[in-house]
Amino acid sequence: MSIQVRNISKRFGDFQALDDVSVEVEGGSLTALLGPSGSGKSTLLRIIAGLEWPDGGDILLAGEDATTVAPQQRGVGFVFQHYAAFKHMTVRDNIAFGLKVRKRPRDEIRARVAELLALVQLEGFGDRYPAQLSGGQRQRMALARALAPEPKVLLLDEPFGALDARVRAELRRWLRRLHDETHTTTVFVTHDQEEAMEVADNVVVMNRGRVEQAATPADLYDAPANEFVMSFVGHATRLGGSWVRPHDLEVVLDADESTREALVERVVNLGFEVRAELVSGEDERFNVQLSRDEADRLELERGQIVFVRLVRETVFG
Amino acid sequence: MRRSSRRPSEGAQAALSLGFTTAYLSAIVILPIAALVWASRADGVGSFWEVASSPEAVAALKLSLGAALVVAAVNALLGTITAWVLVRDEFHGKQFVNALIDLPFALPTIVAGLTLLALYGPSSPVGISIAFTRTAIVAALLFVTLPFVVRTVQPVLLELDRETEEAARSLGAGELRVFRSIILPNILPGILSGVALAFARAVGEIGALVLISGNLPFKTEVASVFVFNHIQSGDQAGAAAVAVVMLLISFGILLAIGGVRFLATRHERA
Amino acid sequence: MPRSASRYGLRFVALGYLLVVLIAPLAMVFWRAFDKGGDHLWQSLSDPNTVHAFKLTLIIAAIAVPLNTIFGIICGLAIVRQRFPGAGIVNAIVDLPLAISPVVVGLSLFLLFGRTGWFGPWFQHHGIQMLFALPSMVIATIFVSLPFVAREVVPTLREIGDEQEQAARTLGAGAWTTFWRITLPAIRWAVIYGVVLTTARCLGEYGAVAVVSGHIEGQTETATLRVQDAYENFDLPGAYGISLVLAVISVLVLVAMTLLKPKESSP
Repeated sequence: MSIQVRNISKRFGDFQALDDVSVEVEGGSLTALLGPSGSGKSTLLRIIAGLEWPDGGDILLAGEDATTVAPQQRGVGFVFQHYAAFKHMTVRDNIAFGLKVRKRPRDEIRARVAELLALVQLEGFGDRYPAQLSGGQRQRMALARALAPEPKVLLLDEPFGALDARVRAELRRWLRRLHDETHTTTVFVTHDQEEAMEVADNVVVMNRGRVEQAATPADLYDAPANEFVMSFVGHATRLGGSWVRPHDLEVVLDADESTREALVERVVNLGFEVRAELVSGEDERFNVQLSRDEADRLELERGQIVFVRLVRETVFG
Repeated sequence: MRRSSRRPSEGAQAALSLGFTTAYLSAIVILPIAALVWASRADGVGSFWEVASSPEAVAALKLSLGAALVVAAVNALLGTITAWVLVRDEFHGKQFVNALIDLPFALPTIVAGLTLLALYGPSSPVGISIAFTRTAIVAALLFVTLPFVVRTVQPVLLELDRETEEAARSLGAGELRVFRSIILPNILPGILSGVALAFARAVGEIGALVLISGNLPFKTEVASVFVFNHIQSGDQAGAAAVAVVMLLISFGILLAIGGVRFLATRHERA
Repeated sequence: MPRSASRYGLRFVALGYLLVVLIAPLAMVFWRAFDKGGDHLWQSLSDPNTVHAFKLTLIIAAIAVPLNTIFGIICGLAIVRQRFPGAGIVNAIVDLPLAISPVVVGLSLFLLFGRTGWFGPWFQHHGIQMLFALPSMVIATIFVSLPFVAREVVPTLREIGDEQEQAARTLGAGAWTTFWRITLPAIRWAVIYGVVLTTARCLGEYGAVAVVSGHIEGQTETATLRVQDAYENFDLPGAYGISLVLAVISVLVLVAMTLLKPKESSP
C-alpha cells in the first residue's frame, strides 16, 4: 500500500513540528525517516498512523484520503520505542489482541499467534508476562503484535532506540530480512544515520519540520542536496570553503602544489581501518580514513608531519 | 556468603529506633486493642456470642455493613469517574475542584453531620427532608468517604502508559474496548484499595452519624452508634462484643487491601 | 480528537456529584452560622465553655501532633532503612488506626483505664485520673492520628534511597549529623504534609474522645464535642458558630494540603 503525504503541517503550541511536508512512500518499500530530535519525524509517523491529526495537508493511503480516518480503521501496525506492552496480558494475549478485536475465530487466532511466536523467535515465551522479558524480547513481541492483523503498512517509531548496541544490530538485520520476505510497506523513524543507511531502500532526511532530501542511501551519501544532509549522513568536515569526506583525502609523504601540510595529532586504530586525526595551519582539524595497509605504508604516528591532497570536494551554492 | 554488614553503631541505631517504635505502638495501639479483645471474652465466649447476636446488635451491624456496601459501590463508580475527569479532562477551576476533594479529610465529621442535617433535615432549604432515615446515613457516609477512591485512582491513572492505549487503537480497538481491556485492568487495583478504605471508614464512622441518623434501634442505629450508646448506658459487655466484631471487620479489610496489592503486582514478579 | 459528548457527560456527572456531596454542605455552615447575625455569633463563640473547648482542642493537638511526628519519622526510618523481619507487620499496625472505628478506640481505652481495666487500678492508686480527664483524651487522639506522618515518610524515604546518606558517611558524618543534615531535610516536605494531615485529624476527632471524656462541660469538652452538645441543647446558633470556626480552620488546612501535596499524586 502506497503512502502519500501532501503538504502536512502541525503545530504544538508555539512549536512548528511540521512545516508543509510532502513525502511519497512506494508500496512495498522500506523507508526511513531520518533526522535529529525535534525534526518532526515521529510526529509525521504518528500522523500517518492517525495517532495525531495534522493542522493542514492530507494523507493518502493506497490513493484514498485517510486524513480524518481513525487509527482503528487505517490498517496500520505501529511499534513504539518503549514497546507499549500490555503488561497485564501474557505475550500470547498481547500478540492476539488485534485479532481478538476483529473477532477472528479462536482456532485462527491460536494458529496465527503460534506462527508469529516462531517468526520472532519467542516460542516458549507465550505464557510469560512482558515484565519477565528482556528489552529485545519485548520489542519482538511488539512487532509480532503489530503484524498479527496483517496490516497494510508497518510503522516503527525509533523501534530499537531503547536497546543496547548488539541487540539493536541484530534486530535491524532481522527487520530487513522480514521485509524482504513479506514486502509490507514499512516506514521507520530513526536518528541513527547508520541504521537508516543499512536497512532502508529510501531515506527521507528531515530537519526542523522540513524535508531536506529524500533519496536512496547511496544518493544521499554521494549527492547530498545541502550542507545539513552532507554533515548528517556520514562523516564530513569543512576544509577551507568546501566539504570533504574522510576518504576523499589522500595522505602522502612528499609535498607538491596540490597538497597542504598537516600534523598527525592522533592515530586511531579501528581494527579494519585507521582514522588519522590531523590538524592543518591554524586549528583546522579534520579526519582522514585509511586502510590498514595504507597506514602501515606511511608509518603513520603521532607528531608526524604529512601532506594531504583533496581527491574530491563538495561545495554548496 | 552474606556477612552482617552492620557496624556496631548502626546496630545500636537500629535497636533504638526499633525499640522506640515497638514501645510506642504497643502503648498506643496494641495494648488498648488487646484489652478490648480480652474484655469481650471476660464472661466466656458464650456470652460474647449471646450479646453479639442479640437482635439489636445484629440489626445495627447489618445496617452498618449494608450502608457501607452501598457507599462503596457508589464510590467505586463515581469516584473513578471523578478521578478520570480530574486526570484526563481540562477545564477552568480544575485545580480548585481537585483541592476540594480533600475537604472530608479536613473537615471535622461532626461538622459534616451538622451541615448535612441542615441541608437535608426538617428545615431544609432545598425541601429535602431525609434526616433520621437510612438515606441520611448513606448521604453522610458518601461525604466522609468521597476522597478515598478518587485519591487511590488518580495516581494510577497518571502513571498509565498512554502509548498502550494508542497501541490498542492502532490494533483496531474502539474507545470502549480500550477502556475495558487496557485501562480498567490497570486501574482496578487502585479502585479496589480505595473501595476497601471507603468501606472500612463507612463501617466505623461515628461523628457524621450521631446527629443525622436519629439512632432508632433496628431502624437507623448503626453499629458504631450502638457501641456508643451502650457505653453511655454502662453496658460495657454489649458494647465490647459489637466493637470486637467491628474490629474483626477492620482486620479483614486490611487483609483484603494487602491481598489486592499482592495480586496487582503479580505480573511484575519474574 | 475530542469525543465531545462523552467528555462533557463525564465532566457533568463528576462536577454534579461533587456539588451535591461537598459544596452544598460547606455552604450551609457559612449560611446558618450567620443566621441570627454576626453579633449573636460572636456572643455564642465567646461563651466561656466554648472558649475552654477550643483551648482544650488546641492543647490536645499540641501534645499529639509533635509526638506522632517524632514517632512517624523514627518509625518510617526503622521500616525503610533497617531491614528487619516483621517490618511488614509494623507497617500494618501503623495503618490500623485508619481502619478502626473511633468508638472502638474509645472503648478500648475505656476498658484499659477503667475501674476494672488492666491499668485502671494502678493509675487510680497513684492518683492519676485517666478517664474523664485529659490523659485519656490525649491518648485517644494520638491513636487516631498516628499513621499520617509515617505514611508520608515511608514512601518518600523509599523513593529517595539512601545514597545521599551513604555519601555523607564516606565524607565522615556520624549518625546524628547524617540524620539532621541529610535525611531530615530530604523528607521535610513529606513530614510537613503529614503534620498538616495529623493536625486536621486531631482537631476533627470526635468519636474516641467522646467515649473517654464524659463530655463534662467546661472541663473535658473539646470543640467537636461542644458542637454536639450545643445541638442537643437546642443551641443551634452556638453549634453552627463553633462549626464555622472549625470549617474555616479546615479550609485553611485544605489550602495547606493543596500547596504541600507531594507532586506525584496531583494531576
